[in-house]
Amino acid sequence: MSIYRQLPMLIAGRAIKRQSIPNLSVEEFQQAIVESVEAGCRVVSLFGSPDAGGTLHLYVVLADDSESRLYVGSATLTNREYPSLTLRCTQVHLFERELAEQCQVQVTGHPWLKPVRFQPPLFPRLEPGAGAVSGVNPLPGVMDFYAVSGQEVHEVAVGPVHAGVIEPGHFRFQCHGERVFHLEISLGYQHRGVEQAILKGPDKRSIHYAQTLCGDTTIGHTTAYCQVIEGLAKCQKTARAQTIRAIALELERLANHVGDLGALSGDVGFLSTASHCGRLRGEFLNMTATLCGSRFGRGLICPGGVRFDLDAAAVESLLARLDISGRQTRQAVKLLWNSSSVMARFEEIGVVSTALAVELGLVGPAARACGLARDARHDHPSGLFRFMHIPVSVWDSGDVFARAYIRWLEIQRSLDFIQTQLRSLPAGAINSAVGNLAPDHLAVAMVEGWRGEVCHVALTNASGRFERYKVTDPSFHNWAGLAMALRGAEISDFPLCNKSFSLSYCGHDL
Amino acid sequence: MKTLIAISLQVVLLALLPPLLLGIINKTKAWFAGRRGWPVLQVYYDLLRLMKKNVVISSTTTWVFLAAPLVSVISVLLAGLMVPLGPMAAPIHFTGDLIMFAYLLALGRFFTTLAALDTGSSFEGMGAAREVTFACFSEPALFLVLLVLVKLSDTLSLSAMLLSASHVRIGSTASAALVMAAVSLFVVLLAETSRIPIDDPNTHLELTMIHEVMVLDNSGPLLGAQIYASSVKLLILAAFLLHVVLPLDPALVGRDWGIMLAGLVAVAVIIGAVESLMARLQLRFVPTLLVAACLFSGFGFLLIL
Repeated sequence: MSIYRQLPMLIAGRAIKRQSIPNLSVEEFQQAIVESVEAGCRVVSLFGSPDAGGTLHLYVVLADDSESRLYVGSATLTNREYPSLTLRCTQVHLFERELAEQCQVQVTGHPWLKPVRFQPPLFPRLEPGAGAVSGVNPLPGVMDFYAVSGQEVHEVAVGPVHAGVIEPGHFRFQCHGERVFHLEISLGYQHRGVEQAILKGPDKRSIHYAQTLCGDTTIGHTTAYCQVIEGLAKCQKTARAQTIRAIALELERLANHVGDLGALSGDVGFLSTASHCGRLRGEFLNMTATLCGSRFGRGLICPGGVRFDLDAAAVESLLARLDISGRQTRQAVKLLWNSSSVMARFEEIGVVSTALAVELGLVGPAARACGLARDARHDHPSGLFRFMHIPVSVWDSGDVFARAYIRWLEIQRSLDFIQTQLRSLPAGAINSAVGNLAPDHLAVAMVEGWRGEVCHVALTNASGRFERYKVTDPSFHNWAGLAMALRGAEISDFPLCNKSFSLSYCGHDL
Repeated sequence: MKTLIAISLQVVLLALLPPLLLGIINKTKAWFAGRRGWPVLQVYYDLLRLMKKNVVISSTTTWVFLAAPLVSVISVLLAGLMVPLGPMAAPIHFTGDLIMFAYLLALGRFFTTLAALDTGSSFEGMGAAREVTFACFSEPALFLVLLVLVKLSDTLSLSAMLLSASHVRIGSTASAALVMAAVSLFVVLLAETSRIPIDDPNTHLELTMIHEVMVLDNSGPLLGAQIYASSVKLLILAAFLLHVVLPLDPALVGRDWGIMLAGLVAVAVIIGAVESLMARLQLRFVPTLLVAACLFSGFGFLLIL
């Protein structure tokens, strides 16, 4: 029997005792990851956490999507050397780079070991007696890039300051004429140190850090944060609270998907859909504002439930507006699919094969566009999604069209879902009391944000405080997908591919 | 006296009208997108604003960078003086001026691409490479259009051939050739003035730009000059196109200036409609479209051989 099958199983949103997580040797730990990935699992999170004595422990969360199971493994790293697993299991490549950076682990044999966020070490003193880290951490983006040499090869550097009002990120292309040989993406400009700030929490500030992890996924990240807290505190939420959370999550998805379809059409110069969808995105944001007063859902979700109730008038107004905006979205988006010139720009551009998507461990719409039925709402349901199911939308061409079309499918599903839930909103309280967090526990939350799977993992210490809080935004998995989609593509197609993935910089940079 | 009025009218229209066409295109696009859009005169305000601004010049550039906008404006205005904007011959006309016309347009492009390379920016180099690549296809198309007109009018002067094109009987083989030349010319117009589906004048995405990316380093009056030059180019190519499709008659001077003006507005509206109704082509298919334009005018020429 494989090692990973013997690991403790966990359900998203629940906590388990840390003692029940077996302490494997590093070899067994790695063997478990490799075997599970070969058997079709994914690496959801992989991180290091020092105990009170300063010894580093590694933790991995593996997801078996087909059986809706999560496995948690742990190992103790006695010296700070860790042989890289990337060559045997591609999914962990960025996790290992992060590990080297955050916990000063010497990852040996990693094919491309570079800083991820150019952040100072999370735990400056790992072992008693080890001196504080010397030197200053490098400035973001200041390092060697993958280079292609040759007379006709040229290098194009884009960013970190961009022409549009977007987040900073640096893109380095190795090109031959218009053709891209290789794209390297260097991020870290948005690093704010959220994981560090949440340590020793939860306190009054923690939820605000969670809300601002990634502005456009406020609901997704806050829900994940609250599920971790509720899992650790064994708090039961009311049906009404869970329904309002689910409605907010789907509204967030609607607003962002509609906005992205508009932006995609803008990028190919198709103006009608661009301007209509731009306006409609605002309509959906305003609906979130009806829920809680903030267009991005700030302040709506709190541990134990939600902070704002929906009265009958608000439900009526939401239903009426959803109906109108839904119809207008349908018209605007239909224009897109009916224009051959748009389809010519979308189809067969930025193709990611299914095999590559599996290898890289892509999540969210980007994975579903490659024919992978991965959706945390279906695979690892939490909250309302345990009772109400949204069909998983899958398309298999893996190109820009697929990523756009997945969004349209999900827009329709979310509209239906929200309308159904609003019509049958359960009665009751919107909040329940949250007790103290269980000490020495580990909890995992999985929420399918609009961009993909948002995973929060918390470890509590003996006094029930966060000893480690690990956030994995879907962008963390998917940036590599964008880089690979550009291989062999034309450089002029980069903005379109980038928009079709629509990844977050701050969610990645934390 | 009549000639003098015609010449002054031509000069005034050539100098003042072009930004209006950009305004009309933008208004049309806004209408299609369900927006109100900028004022029609916005480009004039922009040009005035740019003229008042300071210039920032990259320290890596040489005199070429400064000369390019100037050459663009002068060359395109000179070319504009060769295309009649009304039913009278243009201010400059002589035998063989069509070659000069084509190469005045090319001269502006040559300097703009040189200036783009002069900045040493990887974006601008890419834009320059794209611009000259696509010009390799649009120039032959323009020359094939000229060939059709030369053959039809038996003259080598632009004014004479454009005005005589108006006297072709509708339904004749010659008119079919003119229609094909007009289609070709319309594609050339879209390419030369960097409109959708070839280029997107409104995009902010440097990696996808062709013309806009070459003038990224220009600021203030230099940028204004480049914007003005490309609007003049739009005007003269639109007027060229109108001569090919519209019957103008020197006997009815007053009315025909009006027809020309209405025609220019109509061309701007059509360009705006094309931009609204279709997406941009993938960059690698742009040559295909331009080759199609060459084929159109080429077959037009075969028709009248």
